[in-house]
Amino acid sequence: MSAARSVLSLSKILQPWTGLKGSTVSVMRPVMCTRREKSSYTPPPAKYGGRHTVTLIPGDGIGPELLNHAQELFRFCCVPVDFEVVNVDSSLTSEDEINNAVTAIRRNGVALKGNIETNHNLPPSHKSRNNLLRTSLDLYANVMHCQTLPGVQTRHKDIDIIIIRENTEGEYSSLEHENVPGVVESLKIITRVNSLRIAEYAFRQAREKGRRRVTAVHKANIMKLGDGLFLQCCKEVAAGYPDITFDNMIVDNTTMQLVSKPQQFDVMVMPNLYGNVVSNVCAGLVGGPGLVPGANYGKDYAVFETATRNTGKSIANKNIANPTATLLASCLMLDHLGLHDYASMIRKAILRTLSETRLHTADLGGQGTTSEVVQSIMKEVQKGGPLTSEKI
Amino acid sequence: MAGNAWRSTVSRIMGAVKSQTQPRTFSRGMQTVTIIPGDGIGPEISTSVIKIFEAAKVPIQWEERNVTAIKGPGGKWMIPPEAKESMDKSKIGLKGPLKTPIAAGHPSMNLLLRKTFDLYANVRPCVSIEGYKTPYTDVDLVTIRENTEGEYSGIEHVIVDGVVQSIKLITEEASRRIAEYAFEYARNNQRNSVTAVHKANIMRMSDGLFLRKCREVAENFKDVKFTEMYLDTVCLNMVQDPTQFDVLVMPNLYGDILSDLCAGLIGGLGVTPSGNIGANGVAIFESVHGTAPDIAGMDLANPTALLLSAVMMLRHMGLHGHAKKIETACFDTIRDKKVLTKDLGGNSKCSEFTAEICRRVQDLD
Repeated sequence: MSAARSVLSLSKILQPWTGLKGSTVSVMRPVMCTRREKSSYTPPPAKYGGRHTVTLIPGDGIGPELLNHAQELFRFCCVPVDFEVVNVDSSLTSEDEINNAVTAIRRNGVALKGNIETNHNLPPSHKSRNNLLRTSLDLYANVMHCQTLPGVQTRHKDIDIIIIRENTEGEYSSLEHENVPGVVESLKIITRVNSLRIAEYAFRQAREKGRRRVTAVHKANIMKLGDGLFLQCCKEVAAGYPDITFDNMIVDNTTMQLVSKPQQFDVMVMPNLYGNVVSNVCAGLVGGPGLVPGANYGKDYAVFETATRNTGKSIANKNIANPTATLLASCLMLDHLGLHDYASMIRKAILRTLSETRLHTADLGGQGTTSEVVQSIMKEVQKGGPLTSEKI
Repeated sequence: MAGNAWRSTVSRIMGAVKSQTQPRTFSRGMQTVTIIPGDGIGPEISTSVIKIFEAAKVPIQWEERNVTAIKGPGGKWMIPPEAKESMDKSKIGLKGPLKTPIAAGHPSMNLLLRKTFDLYANVRPCVSIEGYKTPYTDVDLVTIRENTEGEYSGIEHVIVDGVVQSIKLITEEASRRIAEYAFEYARNNQRNSVTAVHKANIMRMSDGLFLRKCREVAENFKDVKFTEMYLDTVCLNMVQDPTQFDVLVMPNLYGDILSDLCAGLIGGLGVTPSGNIGANGVAIFESVHGTAPDIAGMDLANPTALLLSAVMMLRHMGLHGHAKKIETACFDTIRDKKVLTKDLGGNSKCSEFTAEICRRVQDLD
């Protein structure tokens, strides 16, 4: 038994290098692991004694307080997750802290984070910490599921859009230079490899979730080579999924359609910057930044945060922030770890607080404080009864 | 390349000198305006606008021109010289929708016009139309978009097979020019604040430069409030509460997306006016919708967008009285809901809609 366990742990250490040493690892894996190998799900490595270890990066603004609430809620629900807190100070110019965070995430495989502020008045060599994290870990897909939540007043109803955004390249390549004083060039990089990868991810997700249509958002009429390449890659991947309809839309038309008829969209896939715009528009349509969770997936790592990545500096430490997005993000994390029962229990409690109890924070037009909402969620969890060992 | 830079610098200086004489007020004489009907539904909506202006007795003389691209000497594509001459003389233009040719060998006409007259600012006022219901009410904002550089500079390369690089160009000159235009517009139109939209947390140098120039120009316009906001925050807040925004100034790509977003808030491109301001005092006002070839020639088109752009043009020319009259007539017609074209929810013809507006204009006299 101990020999098998040591081989298991060895295979976990070698997992990040599966691509290079594929054959060696599969030889070393014992028979009981072959079932896992066949599915597409790769379990995160940091699981010892039935408890998972997850990196927690509090970030700035409302991040620390909301993530505290998330930890509190997990403790209350007896979720078998331990958090390894890594603080990243946004005011320091050295990159050591973010590198420590990246190492911690590599070790644990999964992270839950708040947004780290970028002071854009510092010199350009000081890069965005969030961006550094995403590119170092190659978290290539940012997935955001926007749904109209019951109990929330919005102008548009019945919205159910999955937005898949390329997370590492495009306009966010941070490659800029000033050739001539007064003339700055910023490079937008689009590569075939990454475009194929994100398109493949989008279609796979669409198929897994039973979605009918994938729309690629682009501006290929102006950026013929760049977005043209992206569109072509999407078309190539679409050919391999004949059961899913594929169409494309230019980004300005997309935003116009989103504010008039958002119900027409199903799954949307797009490069980085358009993803930023479209995801924020959709978040606004379903009720605001406090409601939508986001996930960043890479081949080996996953980082969960709020979808619109706001620091919320102006409402920090005032106990008025909406904890829903952060708590739903932690539910996504629990799903990723395979703890589906805990995830659905917490999610049901959150939705019941939103729709039945109608305890809303200020951003939704209510008067509730953050702690009141979290208390209400805990009460709902308690009402649901204990999770017995048969259910787990 | 250097020659072009020199010429554009000279034209910019001349433009700066000339712009001080704007807007022109012609109390008695007729002013000439170049009208470019365009393709598809263009000719019918242009006729509508001319008819309404006649009914309102606006002192304007129309000069109709065609801008289909022709190959000039040296093989470069350019707009016909008669069109260019007319625009240079009249300085004001009204343009209908132009067909973008596919595989015709020449760039889009809009791009040609932009390059020929150095149309650096695209101004789109978005005001909710009473009577045309959208989920958003009380929208009253203006998007001012830098129209010459940024992400649409068209500089792209294939570095190696499968890796493409697009260059986004931000220059000090263009940023300063657009910021100055935005603040001047705010001042001339009694707007309270100007918000610069950027993404300087990611694109540190390029948007950082744009932002710096905006801040510098804001120093000279202390009567107008200046704020800066990230693009994603603007998008998020725009769909939740558009009333918090006033004048927005931004580089090319963000402007493209945001101006269309705002157009969507008030009802779409069929009711949104738009103006392009160029160096040398040239201004071309246009409708931004497509040519709608499926309804061309059937008298079903909605002339509202072109009409509101023409009203914007009148305000630019200083003919505020006429502008107010025509705008009121148009809004009253839409509010009454008795005579509306199909896209506005009615089933009248374009000519009936035009006649109704003409009638109201004459009644308002």
